[in-house]
Amino acid sequence: MTSDIDIVVIGGGNAALCAAMTAAEQGASVFVLETAPKSYRGGNSRHTRNFRCMHKGPHGPLVDDYCEEEYFNDLLKVTGGKTDEGLARLTIRTSQECLTWMQDHGVHFQPSLSGTLSLGRTNAFFMGGGKSLVNAYYRRAESLGVRVYYEAHVTHLELVDDRIAYVDFTHEGTKKRLEPKAVVVASGGFQADTDWLTRAWGPPAKNFLIRGTPYNRGVVLADLLDQGVSSVGDPTQCHAVAIDGRAPKFDGGIVTRLDCVPFSIVVNRDAERFYDEGEDVWPKRYAIWGRLIAQQPDQVGYVIIDAKSLELFMPSVFPPIKADSLEELAEKMDLPPGKLLHTVANFNQACGNTSRFHPTELDGVATSGLTPAKTNWARPIDEPPFYGYSLRTGVTFTYLGLKVDENAQCSTGQGPIHNLWAAGETMAGSILGQGYLAGFGMTIGTVFGRIAGREAANYAN
Amino acid sequence: MQTEFLQEARRQAEICNACRYCEGYCSVFPALHSERFFSDGNLTQLANLCHNCRGCYYACQYTSPHEFDLNLPKALAEVRQDSWDRFAWPMAFAKHFQNSGLMIALASVLCFAVLFLTIRALGSADGEGFYAVLSHSAMVSIFLPAFLFPLFSLAISMRRYWRATDGEPVQFSHIVEAFGSAGRMKNLAGGHGDGCNFEEEDRFSQSRRFAHQAIMYGFLLCFASTSVATILHYVFDVPAPYPIWSLPKLLGIPGGIFMVAGSLWLMGLKLKADRNLGAPSAWGGEMAFVALLFLVALSGLLLYALGSTGLMPLLLAVHLGSVLSFFLLTPYTKMVHGFYRLAALIRDAQRKPAM
Repeated sequence: MTSDIDIVVIGGGNAALCAAMTAAEQGASVFVLETAPKSYRGGNSRHTRNFRCMHKGPHGPLVDDYCEEEYFNDLLKVTGGKTDEGLARLTIRTSQECLTWMQDHGVHFQPSLSGTLSLGRTNAFFMGGGKSLVNAYYRRAESLGVRVYYEAHVTHLELVDDRIAYVDFTHEGTKKRLEPKAVVVASGGFQADTDWLTRAWGPPAKNFLIRGTPYNRGVVLADLLDQGVSSVGDPTQCHAVAIDGRAPKFDGGIVTRLDCVPFSIVVNRDAERFYDEGEDVWPKRYAIWGRLIAQQPDQVGYVIIDAKSLELFMPSVFPPIKADSLEELAEKMDLPPGKLLHTVANFNQACGNTSRFHPTELDGVATSGLTPAKTNWARPIDEPPFYGYSLRTGVTFTYLGLKVDENAQCSTGQGPIHNLWAAGETMAGSILGQGYLAGFGMTIGTVFGRIAGREAANYAN
Repeated sequence: MQTEFLQEARRQAEICNACRYCEGYCSVFPALHSERFFSDGNLTQLANLCHNCRGCYYACQYTSPHEFDLNLPKALAEVRQDSWDRFAWPMAFAKHFQNSGLMIALASVLCFAVLFLTIRALGSADGEGFYAVLSHSAMVSIFLPAFLFPLFSLAISMRRYWRATDGEPVQFSHIVEAFGSAGRMKNLAGGHGDGCNFEEEDRFSQSRRFAHQAIMYGFLLCFASTSVATILHYVFDVPAPYPIWSLPKLLGIPGGIFMVAGSLWLMGLKLKADRNLGAPSAWGGEMAFVALLFLVALSGLLLYALGSTGLMPLLLAVHLGSVLSFFLLTPYTKMVHGFYRLAALIRDAQRKPAM
């Protein structure tokens, strides 16, 4: 199949749609190839809830100021300096105008959600969450004449010298080919391909849960890397957090998070503690726990709390396992009961004065003479009923991606590819070399989606 | 009590409470997020607070085919429908009327028949105009009980609702807030003011909100018209028919036009909307109720336009018959939603801290 189309956008999430709308507004004819069916369209954007936005003074739903330097420093802290300062500052600076642009394209914002007050200054929340943003963008894109194919599985982009010559995909059971003037890749990472994840990380990855879409299998990413397109980001690493062990294998999203670790003890399959549960407030520690759980036997952990801690954290999606005694809890959770009793007794004995306990601050209520220590919120587990959750490693995204310049353009060792741009998670490794900053993925997607759309349309015109 | 409806609503509410993305859409979510465990009373209150705007359904990343299979508008509609049956008095009536548009139609026809018989039997003793067809005292003896009985029945239902939801003593400020919300149909505005998702999937539109308000304000105008006429009749001894520049007509004609237009609009929207986002078993009854409102208003307008022709006795019988069935059925039809909705809004005003 050949046609007179200008641009093919591969992917159907936030970055893809920002690129498609921007290009269509510049008069380009645009095709979006989304691998998911309509009901699951939008990639990981479906699961997002906000984007991080620089601003001076109140801006939309945001309060106070959030200046470039503070934003950049926040990024430096989480990435440990693994970022491209030029691209990072471009993203941060452009984020401010994005908010208005998003509103103009149908996105509604709402005040910071209950339980997330600390983000009201830095992160603008989408009313209804990411899927409502995606819905608004599809409506707008279609009104701009963008054509969308769902369940369109891109299999190959043919790189000839410094150009993409054609795009192969299957749709409705038949193989098809498009020969657009320009291509934008916005099809995410590879975390849903468990085999690839296992090759990169090792055998434990088989037991990881994937928090987002099952459709980010990295097919296009692998195809381009095989042809020598320049990459960025550690190919072995993924961003992972500790989530409810009963979460579905894919697509559990936000609700599977568990915020109770700081008020608990966490043991492994053998009912042994292995790390300081009270090291820091949970938002700063949930990613570390993703890795800690991954290193335990069977990649599973067990959180134990008692009655006095039950209402100190956000409600969980599944009710906790409940028991009137620790023995009963151990049996229900398949832990060795004698060993669990012993671990809890040791822990309780090491707890001291708990009168300064404060659930939302580092209270210094610590154990003494215990290894590993619990350095905050250390209160004995002694008030029945007792509650337990299992914890597993939940993968959010992978870091390996396509290297881009400030115009979102891809390249090979020989120089730029003249008609290939990338946006969103598939190039985020350029800016986010490690760690994660809440809402930054959507910022990168919006900023670079618009740049990619603009550049592709300029080229096609 | 349909415990499976409550159980399903509880399952869904627990998932919503761990997500909270929909917080800004309507009053349901702030109320939901203020609970940690959901009693039957909590769920009944949430169900009656829900205006079925469907914003949360289309925004939800966990709707079918996702295994969480969330459909909160439907889950709450089922609980709501069930609560109206449960709190109705006498209870046996509700079951039939709630779920069955056909029963409503039959009841209407029955009313017409009774009226026709009455007209024949009592004859046109000594009245003029409408009262030549049916004497004023005959009308009153039919309609006064038909008006008072539903009020009595509703009072019992509201009391049962208030008990079930642990309602507190009502203050004036609660009532002001509830009426303020209903007056603007705030909960169909989507939180952002662009309206709700009803007739065209996730597109926001004011259609349903405006159609509902046309009916509601039209109904209130008609009700005011009837009340004024009653006062004119008894206090000032000015019987019907009234001229066009009289208060009953000035209120009643625009009211009737609003009701006719709004009910046609709403029926059109209901035909387009996804029935699986409400209580599917109630769809027929809801539709028949809107049709009944349409018939009440249309026959009233026709009665005014053609009152001096030979069609008058027939139109009067149809109009009075539809009004009679409308009043008698109020506690058992969709009409009851207005009372429960206000109760839920008042109850919600009690939940919030004083401003």
